[in-house]
Amino acid sequence: MSLTTGSRPDGTRPPAAVEEPAAAVAAAEATKGRAPRGTGKAGKVPFRVRWHRDRALILMTLPLIALLLVFHYVPLLGNVIAFQEYDPYIAGNGITAIFHSPWVGLDQVVRMVEDPLFWDATQNTLLLFVIQLALFFPVPIALALLINSVIRPRVRAVAQAIMYLPHFFSWVLVITVFQQIFGGAGIIAQTLENHGVSGFDLMTDADLFKWLVTAEAVWKDAGWGIIVFLAALAAVSTDLYEAAAMDGAGRWRRMWHVTLPALRPVIALLLVLRVGDALSVGFEQFLLQRDAVGAGAAEVLDTYVWNMGIQNGDFSYAAAVGLVKGIIGVALVLGANKFAHLLGEQGVYKK
Amino acid sequence: MSLNTTLIRSLKAPPRPVWEEPPSKAGLTAKGGLLLLCCLGVLGPLWIVVVTSLSPKPVIDQVGGLVVIPRGITFINYTELLSGGQVSRAIMVSVGVTFFGTLFSMAVSVLGAYGLSRPGSLGHRYFLMTIMATMFFGAGLIPTYLLVQALGLTDTYLSLILPSAVSVFNVLVLRAFFMGISPELTESARIDGASELRILLTIIMPLSRAVIAVISLFYAVGYWSAWFNASIYLSDQEMLPLQNVLIQLVQKGTEAPTGLQQAVHTGELSSLGLQMAVMVLALIPVAVASPFVQRHFKKGMLTGAIKG
Repeated sequence: MSLTTGSRPDGTRPPAAVEEPAAAVAAAEATKGRAPRGTGKAGKVPFRVRWHRDRALILMTLPLIALLLVFHYVPLLGNVIAFQEYDPYIAGNGITAIFHSPWVGLDQVVRMVEDPLFWDATQNTLLLFVIQLALFFPVPIALALLINSVIRPRVRAVAQAIMYLPHFFSWVLVITVFQQIFGGAGIIAQTLENHGVSGFDLMTDADLFKWLVTAEAVWKDAGWGIIVFLAALAAVSTDLYEAAAMDGAGRWRRMWHVTLPALRPVIALLLVLRVGDALSVGFEQFLLQRDAVGAGAAEVLDTYVWNMGIQNGDFSYAAAVGLVKGIIGVALVLGANKFAHLLGEQGVYKK
Repeated sequence: MSLNTTLIRSLKAPPRPVWEEPPSKAGLTAKGGLLLLCCLGVLGPLWIVVVTSLSPKPVIDQVGGLVVIPRGITFINYTELLSGGQVSRAIMVSVGVTFFGTLFSMAVSVLGAYGLSRPGSLGHRYFLMTIMATMFFGAGLIPTYLLVQALGLTDTYLSLILPSAVSVFNVLVLRAFFMGISPELTESARIDGASELRILLTIIMPLSRAVIAVISLFYAVGYWSAWFNASIYLSDQEMLPLQNVLIQLVQKGTEAPTGLQQAVHTGELSSLGLQMAVMVLALIPVAVASPFVQRHFKKGMLTGAIKG
C-alpha cells in the first residue's frame, strides 16, 4: 500500500533539538518509505533519540490503538469459538469459557454447508447484491451528471442539500417513511381504500421485497453517492470540453467522450469496494423488516448470524458462519482489486 | 431593494462559454422537471409526516390516516410527548449518548490522527498498519457480543459507545487533512518550545475546523441513528434510546408510548399523530444540523479518498 510513502516528502522535519543526522534519515524515510533503515550515510538514529522526539505522538496514538485492540483484535481472536462447541456458562466468564469449551475442529463449518437455511440466506444475499448493483449503482452517476449540468449555483446548492438529506436519517426512519407510503396503512393503501380497492400492502409482500429494499436504499443513499462523482467532474478541465466542441462534438458526444472517461477511475474504485462488500447487504435494513416480511425473503447472511447466535444462543455455529463470510469478503476485495488492475484501473490500493 | 437585486442576481445563470450551444427549451424543461421530481421524492414523504404530526385528531380521523393538506394545526402531540414519560426519557438518553459519544470519538480520533500524521516517527508504520488492517476484516458480531458481555458492559450506556467508538475511515480522513497542513507552521511553534498537544490544540485544530465539523457530524449522526447495539445490550426498557422507542411504536405496532395509551383510548390523542410526532423528533436534529455542514462535505470526503 502506498499510504505511508511519498504523500509529503517534507512532512517529517524533526524538532530543532534533534541534530542533523536525524533530519537526513527522517527525510529519507519519508521519501523512500520502505528503504531499509541505516543504509544512508548518516547512519541510524538512535532509538533513544527517536523515542525522545516522538513519545508525545505515540502517547496520542495510544488511546486509538488500545480501543482497536480491545474492541477489534480481541474479538477477532474470539473467532476461535467457531472451531469449538462453545458454552458461555461452562466458566464464570464468557472469555474464560473459551478455554474450557471442547474443540470440534471444522464441525461447525460442515454443519453450515449442510444447512439449507444457510444456503437460503446466501442465495438471498447474492440476489439482493446483484439487484442493487444493477439498479442502485448507476443512479448516483446519473444524478451527478444531472446536477453537474445545472449551472445556477443557488439551484445546485439547494438541490444537493435536499438530496443529501436522507443519508443522515436512520434506517428506522427510512423504513417508517416507506411504511407510511407503501404499507398497509400507508398513503397509497389509504387512497385506494377510498376508491374501493383494499388490501394494498407492499411492506409485507415477500415477492416484492427485493425491489422494495432496493428502492429504500436508493432513497436513502443515492443522493449522497453523488458527492464523489461531482468532485471528479469538477476536476475535468473545461479545455477538453471546448476542444471537443470545436471538433463538432455535441452535448451528448461530449458527455460520452469527455465526462464519462473522467469518471472511469472513480466508478472502478466504487465497483471494487461494492463487490468486496457483496456479502453485506444492509444488515440493519433487513433486520428491521424481517418480522414484517418473514425470514424467507429477508434473511441475509448477517441477519442469519444474528438469529443463530444472539437469538438462539448457538454462538459457535453463528461465529463460524460470520468467519466464513469475513474470509470470503477479504477474498472478494482482493479479487476485485486484481481485476481492476488487469483493466488498467487503480482500484483501492496500488501494488 | 438591494436585497431584491442580489436575490435575482444569485438566481440568474452565470454566462455560458461561447462554444457551448444554447440549451433547448425541451431540454431545460426535462432537466428542471427531473430535478424537481428528485427533490419532491425526498421532501414529499417528510411533508406528510410533519403535517400529520401537527394535525388535530378530528382531521386525521376524517382523512382516515395520513394528512397531506394541512387543515388546522395543533402542537398537542409534541407537548404531550415532551412533558415527561417514555419519549422524553428516550430523547434525553439519545442526546446524552450522542453528545458524550461524539466527544469521546472525536477526542480519540483527533489525537490518533495527529499522532499518526508524521511519517517516519517512531513506530509510525506499525501503528498505521494496526489501524488500517481493521478495515479489511471485521471482528464479527458474535465475538464482539460475547466480549461486551464478558466485560460487564451490558445494561450500561458504555455498550452503546465503546464498541463502535472509532471509525478508522474517519481517522484516516482527519490524518490526511492534518498532513496537508504546511509543516512550517508547526515547525516554528516547536522551536519556540510548544508541546505536541499544544500544537494540535492551537495550530492544527483551528486550521482543520471544516473537516472536524464534518467528522463530528458523521459521528453524531452515527450515535443518534444507532439502535442495534441498544437492542442487544440493553434489557431495561427505561434505558432505550429514541430510535428503539420508535421501532416499538411504529414497527411493533404499539399504539402509543407508555403513559399516553389512556389518552389514545379515550380519543383525546391520535395514535398515528403521536407516532409521526416521535418520528419528527427523531428527524429534526439531523435535518437541522446536516445542511450547516454541507459545504464542507466535499472537502472531508475527498481528502480521505485521495490519501487514505
